[in-house]
Amino acid sequence: MTVHTDFHKDTWELYKSLEMAKQLTTGETLARLGDEHPEIVALCADLGKPTRIYEFGKKFPDRFFNFGIAEKNMVTAAAGLASTGKIPFVSTYASFLGILAAENIRTAVAYPNLNVRLVGTHTGIAMGFYGSSHHATEDIAITRSMANMTVISPADGTALAEMIEESVKTYQGPIYFRVSRGREEPVYGTDGVKVKNKIGKANVLRQGTDLTIIACGIEVNEALKAADKLADYGISASVIDMHTIKPLDINCVLDASKNTGAILTVEEHNIVGGLGSAVAEVLMESGVQCKFKRHGIYDQYSIIGKPYYLYQHYQLDGDGIASVAKKFLEK
Amino acid sequence: MNSVPSISKEKIDLIKEKAKMSRLETIRLISKAKSGHYGSSFSCAEIFATLYYHVLRYDPKNPKWPSRDRFIMGKGHSAVGVYSILADVGFFPKDELDTYTDLGSAFGDHPDMNKIKGIDFSSGSIGHGLSVGVGMALAARVDGEKYRTFVLMGDGELEEGQTWEAVMSAPNFKLGNLVAIVDNNKVTVDGVTKKLMNVNPIKEKWESFRWNVVEVNGHDVEALIDTFDHLPPVDSEVPTVIICDTVAGKGVSFMENGFEWHVAYLGEDDMKKAIEEIERGN
Repeated sequence: MTVHTDFHKDTWELYKSLEMAKQLTTGETLARLGDEHPEIVALCADLGKPTRIYEFGKKFPDRFFNFGIAEKNMVTAAAGLASTGKIPFVSTYASFLGILAAENIRTAVAYPNLNVRLVGTHTGIAMGFYGSSHHATEDIAITRSMANMTVISPADGTALAEMIEESVKTYQGPIYFRVSRGREEPVYGTDGVKVKNKIGKANVLRQGTDLTIIACGIEVNEALKAADKLADYGISASVIDMHTIKPLDINCVLDASKNTGAILTVEEHNIVGGLGSAVAEVLMESGVQCKFKRHGIYDQYSIIGKPYYLYQHYQLDGDGIASVAKKFLEK
Repeated sequence: MNSVPSISKEKIDLIKEKAKMSRLETIRLISKAKSGHYGSSFSCAEIFATLYYHVLRYDPKNPKWPSRDRFIMGKGHSAVGVYSILADVGFFPKDELDTYTDLGSAFGDHPDMNKIKGIDFSSGSIGHGLSVGVGMALAARVDGEKYRTFVLMGDGELEEGQTWEAVMSAPNFKLGNLVAIVDNNKVTVDGVTKKLMNVNPIKEKWESFRWNVVEVNGHDVEALIDTFDHLPPVDSEVPTVIICDTVAGKGVSFMENGFEWHVAYLGEDDMKKAIEEIERGN
């Protein structure tokens, strides 16, 4: 599943970029499951193509609903569909889903505990120069504080597909999937790590002795790169893919604290309320002694820029994370 | 409204009686809580009674019957007017209502679908109802089901922006199986809708959004029955809105048309007067 592209890293043209958004596997996964699971329906809000949920609509046009630019109506209608036994998948940009439609998610989906699957794409700072309004650095915090809600930030398209399939076949209750723009290099799959992603179960991708980096979403791959870099400095780092932020794999966090004595969380989200906060809550309540730092967006509105440079700017690329980790351990 | 021969006097009398029951029970339940929505429940008592004793297809012994008609209260604050009807038609024993607003009770000011049999969707956030209805009506289409989805909305609810997202989407999805009912009682918490935030003209707004619009006196049981009996076929493509001209606080002279009674509490003497007036009927 390695992404091959002829584009220069500066380039980001919407329709061309769709071909490159190979990690946005929602639509193709649902299309594959659709015959066996007639309860699957899909909804979008004029972003069916950029989110690639349209892949389902191509195969099942009668079960695909484009609501136009009306996210609140879409999310609430999904709740109505779910109340009849359907499993609605709703996908749009995270800034318009986990943030704009937060009240609808809370009141119409989470409170009645309905099987709606929300897939917020282009989350974090992935929208780059399209504007801070399009960045979503609060959606984990918002959805995590909703009772009944499961919050998942898969590392790549394989992880997303595996957990979507699990969510259709065996999982109960609402889920917020938080994914990036889908152009990132994969972690799993034929060319990558062979792990079956399971909701609620973190993946320990690398074992080290000095530090554990706990990451989610596309930062998992960057954390792996950072671990390589840190090895050059003589620092042995574990890397954990904490794809499920709620319910959090508590044992995995506690094991990491015992094994390495230092934890760095990495997320493309405000350090307030996200993965780092979730891990901090577990550590504080457990009483274990552990060095700890949250890395992400430091409680500010992110600046704009082309994504490649923006991740560099916020030290959310492999080199940046390695640098943050090194300073953290030296403290 | 011309009289319709198919509607028996017994049916009309029954519905009037049940509307009276809804109002009296609303008073009884609110007297437990010492605060509640009288005015906005009284305005739709005949609508509730007509729906549950004539229009809706449901099975109290099988509340989740997949082919049942759906009823959503966009104006969830009128739930107190429906609870007694749900008990009366057999969804649950009437004495369960005695827990109304007690700690942990299933029965609060707004309805909870996971706690109360017969409630098709939880509500409380004004403006969600029609969107939920759009979802249910879409599900019926996907499944080839013939049920209808009815959504009761307040005129105040039309002030919510999301309502118009839903109004726009229903004709687009060809949802002739969706029926919106506007309880146009013309008041909200703070005042008279027309002055506070004028939602008029209601009829023209829905027409311009390509709905089939019917206007009816929301307290005239015969007219309500006739309207519901003549809805376009379920498999038609144009959704229908029934704009019900209603009176807030209907049935109690000193409450009628007063926004002050939208949420309120009747003291002992006034409660007696109100009960007398409702029992006397009009």
